[in-house]
Amino acid sequence: MIRIKVGTATCGNAAGAQKVFDKFKELSLNDKDISLEETGCIGMCYVEPIAEVAVSGEKYLYGPVDEKIAELIFQDHVKGGKPVEKYVLSNTSNEYKFNKQRRIVLRNTGVIDPEKIDDYLARDGYNGLKKALAKKPEEVIQIVLDSGLRGRGGAGFPTGMKWKFANSSKNDKKYVICNADEGDPGAFMDRSVLEGDPHSVLEGMLICGYAIGANEGYVYCRAEYPLAIKRLIDAIKQAKERNLIGDNILGSNFSFDIHIKEGAGAFVCGEETALMASVEGKRGMPRLRPPFPAVSGLWTKPTNINNVETFACVGYILSNGAESFNKYGTEKSKGTKVFALAGKINNGGLVEVEMGIPLREVIYDIGGGIKDGKKFKAVQMGGPSGGCIPEHLLDTKVDYESLMATGAIVGSGGMVVLDEDSCMVDVARYFLNFTQNESCGKCAFCRIGTKRMLEILNKICDGKGEESDIADLMDLAAKIKNSSLCALGQTAPNPVLTTLKYFEDEYVAHIKDKKCPAGVCTALINFTINDKCIGCQLCKKVCPVAAISGSAKVKHQIDQDVCIKCGACYKACKISAIDKK
Amino acid sequence: MIILINLLNMDKIMDNDKNKIKSIIDEYSGSKGALIPILQKTQATFGYLSEESMTIIAEALNISSSDVYGVATFFAQFRFTPVGKYVIRVCHGTACHVGGVKILDAMLKSKIGIKNGETTKDGLFTIQEVACLGCCSLAPVVMINDTTYGKLTNEKLGKIIDTYVQAEKEGKTL
Repeated sequence: MIRIKVGTATCGNAAGAQKVFDKFKELSLNDKDISLEETGCIGMCYVEPIAEVAVSGEKYLYGPVDEKIAELIFQDHVKGGKPVEKYVLSNTSNEYKFNKQRRIVLRNTGVIDPEKIDDYLARDGYNGLKKALAKKPEEVIQIVLDSGLRGRGGAGFPTGMKWKFANSSKNDKKYVICNADEGDPGAFMDRSVLEGDPHSVLEGMLICGYAIGANEGYVYCRAEYPLAIKRLIDAIKQAKERNLIGDNILGSNFSFDIHIKEGAGAFVCGEETALMASVEGKRGMPRLRPPFPAVSGLWTKPTNINNVETFACVGYILSNGAESFNKYGTEKSKGTKVFALAGKINNGGLVEVEMGIPLREVIYDIGGGIKDGKKFKAVQMGGPSGGCIPEHLLDTKVDYESLMATGAIVGSGGMVVLDEDSCMVDVARYFLNFTQNESCGKCAFCRIGTKRMLEILNKICDGKGEESDIADLMDLAAKIKNSSLCALGQTAPNPVLTTLKYFEDEYVAHIKDKKCPAGVCTALINFTINDKCIGCQLCKKVCPVAAISGSAKVKHQIDQDVCIKCGACYKACKISAIDKK
Repeated sequence: MIILINLLNMDKIMDNDKNKIKSIIDEYSGSKGALIPILQKTQATFGYLSEESMTIIAEALNISSSDVYGVATFFAQFRFTPVGKYVIRVCHGTACHVGGVKILDAMLKSKIGIKNGETTKDGLFTIQEVACLGCCSLAPVVMINDTTYGKLTNEKLGKIIDTYVQAEKEGKTL
């Protein structure tokens, strides 16, 4: 039997994986010796679409594959037995390029067909649930406590502790919620897990339900992830058919049902009390805690909320024991963490590493360094709640405490690499604009304070900054942090504070010299054509707004009133005839 | 001509729409926290939430229409004006931001001649800026209805838009 797998997660599909899959399907039609399967995200987004061919146990990973290459692979390798070396990424049967990576959460993602429960079962799936059901709920909680697992949504609260609180609340009705409202821009870990291994999340929820004494659960997933929602619906249906969800699960006294709620697009709903308000059909606004959800949560019943990645760890921990998880990581941060590597990095994608690995290794050894040979400037971690870590702190260990000390956070796992062409004031403004838009408006400082901070940042980027601006930003930041009810407001100033801490010189250059050193802030730069211009018309062709005029072989002109300063002409010109000042 | 036919059929269409909304509400009868799913399904059916549809929903759920409006306006997903056949969602996530979505956005807007939130006169396209589509390693990314396009350049996106325009001319839907 020859197995062909194509990675058809959203990222693969965006790169054209569906066409590749269809091509293989057409070619292998009626061939009983070939099994064609879909799988989730293989992690190497930079070489999507990816296909794997396994002939008598020996696996070859190909990418990027298009329809023509698919045909070639099919003829030469599948039919002819000769791998098409030119497009082979790796052929070491299991490891591929996962050097320095440790896969627990992503143990099945990109390996199994997420739409087939048998694939999951064949890889120890639901074994954790079986083991849990044979124990007392308190014993299950103890194992989770012993594993050292902490919440992977960002806050890092010990999961076992959370379960213990929910377990000790006495009530006839309790709920489990899976927070799949992955709202941080620059993060796609949860989407990949849901698309690639939905059962691992459901298994985690079931174990949690058993441990805290709940019989109903909700997955709150953002509507922007249609494929994740589809795979969850399919997975729940299949699990019900196998009596893994429903009444008297696997012959026990434990019954549990899982529903899906689609989020309607509000970043603040990542906050647990806001999320619950939204599930109840209200405006997603956070409320004061206590009472904590473990005491009074969804519809005032005790509720336990964990993130997708947290739940995906639980089945593994129960199946393999606490030591299988806590043997990895640092003293206070155990296990592994998934990161979404993106931005100006060569090998962007999904990576899972041991807690405690230095940032430098993630970016250079796994991520393959900076794109186009440019210079590293900073890595943005934790999205709008996080911060930018500069080069001199690249040896910082990736764990909750070490990252917190830099002013950034582990966060949910977004890791966006910035190079010399990124303006740090612009990046700070970008995040402030985001949190300002997403502030629910309940707390005055979050609602109005972020607006004032954004205005100051806009002013600086427009070249109208004043010397008092930096002090005003610091003052507002402190007040917003202290006077906001939920984490959105409490962390909103972080991107500004870390860029001020590590890149104050860029702020000063904008304010005093009216210059943007990275050449990003459009009000501070101008593009003009110099005398080197030979009238080749290349710039004219790439200009998105038709601001460039001039006939062939005659020096061109840029209409400054029309120019949006996108820099497309600057990049396109081959003879340095365009000045950027 | 088309307007005339629409006017003649107005009452009929209204009744038809009312029934559609009512059957959506019926689907969720008895389930808790149904307001948001009902609004989502109504929008999926009509492309947007009209004042009338929100009033019908409020009456059926026995809550005030201001409560319905309050919930609907809180969430970014809901729209209150009709949208084009294809909604182009332009990702403004961190990776797309540093990956040059600004250039792409400018090209797109000048190519189809509308701004964010607007719909082309022929009703074919609507542009919607979104926070993050979660395909960050493929930045810059746009999503046209449910199809995601990654690693875009001006040229690539221009060609994609052209295929939609061409399909429309041929009377096809992509």
